[in-house]
Amino acid sequence: MRAPLSWLRDYAPLEAPVDDLAATLSALGLVVEGVHHVGGGLGGVVVSKVLGIRRHPDADRIRLVDVDAGNGEVAQIVCGAWNFAEGDLVPLARVGAVLPGGMEISRRKMRGEWSDGMLCSASELDIPEPPGSADGTGPGLMILPRGLAEPGAPLADALELGPDVVFDLDVSSNRPDALCMAGVARDLAAALGEPWAALSSGSVLPPVDRSVGVAPITVEAGDLCPRFVGTVFEDVPLGASPAWIARRLTLAGMRPISAVVDVSNYVMLDVGQPNHAYDLDRLGGGGILVRRGAPGEILETLDGVSRTLGPEDCVICDATGGAVGVGGIMGGASAEIGPGTTRVLLETAWFQPMAIARTGSRLGLHSEARVRFERGVDPEVAPWAVERFAALLAAVAPAASGGRTLRRGPSSDVRDDAHMPAPAVVRVRTARVNAILGTDLDDGDVAGLLGPIGFRAEAPEPGVHAVTVPSWRLDSAREIDVIEEVARLWGYGRIERTVPAARGGSGGLTGRQRDRRFVRQALAGAGFDEAWTSTFLAPGDLERAGLDPAAVEVENPLDRSESILRTALLPGLLKAVKFNMDRQGVDVRLFEVGTVFFLPGEGRVTPEEVEHVAAIVGPGPATEGAGAVRGGAGGAGGAGAVRAAVLAWSYLAEALGISGVSLSAAAVPGMHPSRAANIVAGDGALIGAVGEVAPEVRAAYGLGGRVGYLTASLDALLGVARRRRQARDVSRFPGSDVDLAFVVDERVPAAAVLATLREAGGELLEAASLFDVFRGGQVGTGRRSLAFRLRFRASDRTLAEGEIAAARQREIDAVTAAHGAELRG
Amino acid sequence: MTSRLTPENTPSIAAAAAAVEADGRRRIEAAADLAALREVERTVVGKRSELARLHTRLARLAPEERRDAGAVIHDARTRLQEQLGRRAAALDAEERARRVAEERLDLTEISTHAWLPRRGHLHLVTQTREELEDTFVAMGFAVAEGPEAETDWYNFQALNMPPAHPARGMWDTLYLRLGEPGQVLLRTHTSPVQVRLMESREPPIYAVMPGRCYRRDTPDARHTPVFHQIEGLVVDRGITFGDLAGTIEAFTGAYFGAGIHSRLRPSYFPFTEPSAEFEVTCPICAGEGCRTCSGSGWIELGGCGMVDPNVFEAVGVDAEVYSGFAFGFGIDRLAQVRAGLSDMRVLLDNDVRFLTQF
Repeated sequence: MRAPLSWLRDYAPLEAPVDDLAATLSALGLVVEGVHHVGGGLGGVVVSKVLGIRRHPDADRIRLVDVDAGNGEVAQIVCGAWNFAEGDLVPLARVGAVLPGGMEISRRKMRGEWSDGMLCSASELDIPEPPGSADGTGPGLMILPRGLAEPGAPLADALELGPDVVFDLDVSSNRPDALCMAGVARDLAAALGEPWAALSSGSVLPPVDRSVGVAPITVEAGDLCPRFVGTVFEDVPLGASPAWIARRLTLAGMRPISAVVDVSNYVMLDVGQPNHAYDLDRLGGGGILVRRGAPGEILETLDGVSRTLGPEDCVICDATGGAVGVGGIMGGASAEIGPGTTRVLLETAWFQPMAIARTGSRLGLHSEARVRFERGVDPEVAPWAVERFAALLAAVAPAASGGRTLRRGPSSDVRDDAHMPAPAVVRVRTARVNAILGTDLDDGDVAGLLGPIGFRAEAPEPGVHAVTVPSWRLDSAREIDVIEEVARLWGYGRIERTVPAARGGSGGLTGRQRDRRFVRQALAGAGFDEAWTSTFLAPGDLERAGLDPAAVEVENPLDRSESILRTALLPGLLKAVKFNMDRQGVDVRLFEVGTVFFLPGEGRVTPEEVEHVAAIVGPGPATEGAGAVRGGAGGAGGAGAVRAAVLAWSYLAEALGISGVSLSAAAVPGMHPSRAANIVAGDGALIGAVGEVAPEVRAAYGLGGRVGYLTASLDALLGVARRRRQARDVSRFPGSDVDLAFVVDERVPAAAVLATLREAGGELLEAASLFDVFRGGQVGTGRRSLAFRLRFRASDRTLAEGEIAAARQREIDAVTAAHGAELRG
Repeated sequence: MTSRLTPENTPSIAAAAAAVEADGRRRIEAAADLAALREVERTVVGKRSELARLHTRLARLAPEERRDAGAVIHDARTRLQEQLGRRAAALDAEERARRVAEERLDLTEISTHAWLPRRGHLHLVTQTREELEDTFVAMGFAVAEGPEAETDWYNFQALNMPPAHPARGMWDTLYLRLGEPGQVLLRTHTSPVQVRLMESREPPIYAVMPGRCYRRDTPDARHTPVFHQIEGLVVDRGITFGDLAGTIEAFTGAYFGAGIHSRLRPSYFPFTEPSAEFEVTCPICAGEGCRTCSGSGWIELGGCGMVDPNVFEAVGVDAEVYSGFAFGFGIDRLAQVRAGLSDMRVLLDNDVRFLTQF
């Protein structure tokens, strides 16, 4: 919403400094997003006419333009814009001019050619550009209307740009009353303590002429269009509007077209009533029928698009039933006024906001009328709008009517009160106002704040107001709505700031939230960088990752590549690794904690959401070479990536202090068939998986080298029993280390042997770990040697030689028996 | 036996001692290291040294001369031993210096080495979220979470937006192909968690709700279709708009630091009334005016307001007994402002060169 200050001043003095006015508007919730000072700083800017355009001998992107600068003087200007042609009128800033932005124009050489000034764009002159005139793709000159003025005329005079200020307002959707000058001025005047008065149309208002007659208006769809006011005007002026109307429309952001259209738009911007002027002679039957759309009915709207209507839509038709417009949104092409129009039927109606919203969004049709009607136009403003229309058109007439006198017929007001909003009377308690706002207002304060914005507060009893809400504030119907008005006019900034004493509850993170942070910290500590991959995947991403393709689909994705919800973090992380590898990333290690989505379970409509944690180790020198398993049995080289993934798991498990969890070799979707394991809790519950990404999967994601991967369900992970935080005495006695190497079959997991050692070692076994793996040589194929270091220690004595020997033998016996192992000599 | 020996007197002993001492001095000075010095010590002042032998000659002196001659030998021994001590200290220092020189290590060879174990980095958004959570936790808030896929009821209807409510247009919604058309969607804000919280728990409620949200927005420098929000909700007896403004101000000071303040101005949200937008002093220029704040000195952070009675009604909270406020803002946007990101889309790239900056 662009509000020129001169226009607002039709309603109130508003003489405060512009900065204060802007601050007041913002504090009222009519947020000022920009303040344009127009008409000032245009000294030295004149209208000029393009005579010729020549190539710059030494540059491609700028050209030489010869303009008529007035009095037959031809100036050569160097110009970088391309949106004009010979014969166009354009603004010329002459040498010595200072533009509104402070730029001083001097005679200068550009690439060896003199430029005697500068041709200007609207923004360089701080003149709001009519919408549609700049496509935003590049700099363009302001093209002035043909015949605007003779070359050399000061631009400010030609455009009647006396100094003015335009406020660019962001009006929230609950305030349709502020989508017009009268409404903005009303709020502003109230906040400033100034009187607000409706413009008196005075003597220019043409009297109602009964001889003009009344167009027949029939409303069949009273629920969609509860009020339709039709007024006939005869001998309407032809041609363009006077400059002051054109200028106000331009400043407000609309393009002047012709007198009738301009006045129609002016009335909407002035008092907030969207309206439509039909060429009465092109309306079949000379009247209007308002009805529901027929199923499949097609109407071509003014924008040239054919729209399919239906019974939910309100259609404006001529008296014969032929559609001429989508009610309250956009007119049709058939009864549009044109250069030959002399008789006009003016529609000033009120449409059901919800109906407008539904039709508008279904048709994807946007218009100034729709914006206002769907938010709620003042249902009682129509007669005033008709008067404004008549008075403005009459004021235009002498200039543009060719001697005829505008005549105005009586209005026909078809009204279905059952579907009109009833005027709201709201009970407002002063105590409630103070309880919600934290203020200390009395009855008089409340009434005094509300009065100037048209909320009439009567006090049937002390402390209670009966507030009559004005018809232009359909958004306000409850006590809380009125309290908001009190707050707005009192000023948010004046309300004393307090801090509630949090009672009852206690703040803090839940155990799960703390644990999740800990998981992140642990993985970062293990050298992984946290990624944030998209929730969306492309169709086929899951299959390419070797995963079940069943997934939740997005009904209206922005792009097909974002049309399904992830069921795993793997595809996103593979893409992230690929992204980094393509940018020479080395040693890419990423992790993510994020939600994945599964199809809803029985009897549910929303997806099952599970938080996953995953870590990925990208290919690279650090993973291909270092740490490769020695011996290479079965081609087991290049184990660096998978090793890093398993180490990440071990690190995480140790950091969380979880116990009783084992890795169990398994076929895991998306993973290398012989290099993957499930992570299984002591009770058999599946926590996740770790291993190497299957060769075909990484190839499908464009990754050449081996990739390690760890994934777990966060809840399953955090649900595992934790090591108790219970101190254990450390022994003061010396321990004894015993190394044992066993030759076992490849299929016997090292973890199983270690578990046997721990079990057989009993209390005396303080620590046990695998320290060497050997394949080849005497060991034989299909087998490998696993060397463990065991430390025995007692808490109360130094172990005797015999005790150690006995313990050692127990270990050997147990492993031999359980795993078919042989002690290696 | 003694008759065959050369007669002795004090001067002869003294002369011999002087010679032995001079010789000893030379040898002490000549010792090249501590081991050599120990050998010299043995031969100069040891039991079989010249000096020890000289001592035996005292026996040949007349008893009255023995004391003087003995003193001469003793003095010579004392001086030699002192010299040995000095020499030992000097050699020890030399040896330490040599060892230190040999063990010289350039620690920057280690600190700058590519093999240095790398620490991982939490995502900028995670860091921002955790800082925000911690700030609110310190103010007495709990942290609550909820699902990212929601029904129309939780995302819109319970928040005072019945079907076809024009305010729904404020959010471009991504719908899921589940249930009735339009029934299941990706939440457009974290506000559904408010509804769930109030449904499941009696007031008082003091909670913040961080999480991922979705809008059908074409990505640009300031918007991504997937983003993160944090929302706060307080429901208790006697909560006022003044409490809202004070809480926002307390948060602003706690999070951004002294000198950063907040202000509220009227706005519109369907689920709050009165509603406000809140702005904070631009943390980049401290209110002086800069590119980040378009010269205004203020940054618009988010929206807030008093919980609308219709929302209370939808979740079964008595609006005559309880009142409350809610506020919310974008975590990513805040991270963008604080870290000076020119384009928010970089948050989704997962470029390691970006991730490791934080």
